[in-house]
Amino acid sequence: MRNGTLPKIVFIVYVLILMTPIYWLVKMSLQTNTDIMSGLTLFPRHPTLEKYFEIYNDPTWVHAFGVSLSYVAINTVIAVAVALPAAYAFNRYRFIGDKHLFFWLLTNLMAPAAVFAMPFFQLYYAVGLFDSIWAVVLAHCLFNVPLAVWILEGFVGGVPREIDETAAIDGYSFPRFFILIFLPLIANGIGVTAFFCFMFSWVEQLLATTLTSTHALPFAAVMTRAYSVSGMDWSLLAAAGVLTMIPGAFVIWFVRNHIAKGFALGRV
Amino acid sequence: MTFALDHIGFDIGGVRVIDDVCLTFEAASLNVLLGPTLAGKTTIMRLMAGLDQPSTGRLLLEGKDVTGTPVRKRSVAMVYQQFINYPSFTVYENIASPLRVAGVAKAEIDQRVREAARVLRLDNLLNRMPAELSGGQQQRTAIARALVKRAGLVLLDEPLANLDYKLREELREELPRIFSRTGAILMYATTEPSEALLLGGSTITLSEGRVTQFGPTSTVYRDPIDIDAARVFSDPPLNELQVARQDGAIRDRRGRSLDCVGMLSDRPDGAYRVTFRADAASIGPAATGALSFPGKVVVTEISGSESFIHVDVGVGTWVCLVSGVHDWAPGQTATVNIDPARILVFDASGRRVQANALREAAL
Repeated sequence: MRNGTLPKIVFIVYVLILMTPIYWLVKMSLQTNTDIMSGLTLFPRHPTLEKYFEIYNDPTWVHAFGVSLSYVAINTVIAVAVALPAAYAFNRYRFIGDKHLFFWLLTNLMAPAAVFAMPFFQLYYAVGLFDSIWAVVLAHCLFNVPLAVWILEGFVGGVPREIDETAAIDGYSFPRFFILIFLPLIANGIGVTAFFCFMFSWVEQLLATTLTSTHALPFAAVMTRAYSVSGMDWSLLAAAGVLTMIPGAFVIWFVRNHIAKGFALGRV
Repeated sequence: MTFALDHIGFDIGGVRVIDDVCLTFEAASLNVLLGPTLAGKTTIMRLMAGLDQPSTGRLLLEGKDVTGTPVRKRSVAMVYQQFINYPSFTVYENIASPLRVAGVAKAEIDQRVREAARVLRLDNLLNRMPAELSGGQQQRTAIARALVKRAGLVLLDEPLANLDYKLREELREELPRIFSRTGAILMYATTEPSEALLLGGSTITLSEGRVTQFGPTSTVYRDPIDIDAARVFSDPPLNELQVARQDGAIRDRRGRSLDCVGMLSDRPDGAYRVTFRADAASIGPAATGALSFPGKVVVTEISGSESFIHVDVGVGTWVCLVSGVHDWAPGQTATVNIDPARILVFDASGRRVQANALREAAL
């Protein structure tokens, strides 16, 4: 049955099933609302980019898209930057309570994000962080930093300790060794970690919408504007949905090689 | 430059792994650290490098205490058994690395790197990445990095253990020569007695974290001061026979009287261990003046031009080295003749019973 027709058919059916919802979203975004409501079609009868232009020309949508991208990017950078030294320390040093602390990091991932929405809301309101990009950035760090530490620790463990020692014998100062020698060795791990942080932060909506109101409203929150007294704007909603997938697709495209290698080397 | 370990001890998790080590090394000396796996060779080297801090004792450089000096500030180079290089640097940058950190001028770096590369025959590999090299080339890169630094103390931790036979022979010959020119104290750890003998210099025998003997290699080999030193310096393992001296007669465990009273003539009664290395015994008809033990062949190992014959003599199994290829079948009877001049006798506590005078007379 090698290279037979059955495996090909199975493969095609599999891909079709995977692609159907995405195709449907893209199709809807290219249709008009009347077209969508007038019955089942496989292809848009009058394809139009009208809704994309509507979003592009509306500053609220554009601003929200920028806000979402900013907090996700800042969060990813912070999470990786903070997690790198932590992962190194957890792997290389023995200190009091190290194993408990490492496990405790994971417990942050065990509770649903909704649990933290209320305390964050109250806290940020009190300190004046409410409705800012930083509110979302810091809230997302709560689960992205532990995740990043956990992933990176596996990659740090993949680098022989003797390399650290050789660098010390050669006379490298620690920061110089870490940046010049160590970071290139775990580049794949950093890629994988950044990818996960980006994705977690990008798709997380509950904290993002709870902690913002007008200035720092994320893209998904603005999507509620598609509901109005005149009914649901299906087409607009679909176009916005397609746009939310684009950054993720870009990230996957750029880190695809790192991820393939990274998954093989690291713990995840 | 002299470098000394002064009553160095090291504990891991409350267990003493290095016990009271006192050694002094002179500049431009070759020192072989000989011991079986887990004897503490790597630990001692790590302590000397400053990678680990000793639990007790001091390290003295020219008499000055350097125990607390961080490894970065020490004049030390180390080569590991595993081939350790910086994977993201080219061979050139790998070798140049300690000089770059030290801020040596560019022209001098280039000259020294090329010089080291020439000595270790890496000239045409300088632009490669370590992953593109063979194991031998990777290890030569690591050695070149140690060489180029011109450190006062060079630690080679079983540097050739993971290399193939041919390369090992070549490098083993070259290494002492390469480093002797730099005037460094060279420490070379190995598990193999033959490697220690080939390297020469001085040998430190290490047994369970304890230094048993330190002296010129040939002296340590010929005159081990205790049974641990003799065991460490014997491959195949030291052949041992438990004997008891009573009323002037010496008997083995089965009560057979042995013709070696002379060796213990000035000794009190008690338990002793008569030992000899594989090459101190021969197999054949009972010879005069030799201690003879009839036995049965257990196994024959042929290694090139020599054969190791394992013979069960009733009080244990001994290994004898016979030159030439022999094919003694298991079960065949054979008589082991021990050369009395090359017997090493130890008392019950493992201390060497000095039989030097007797040995010399026999020679």
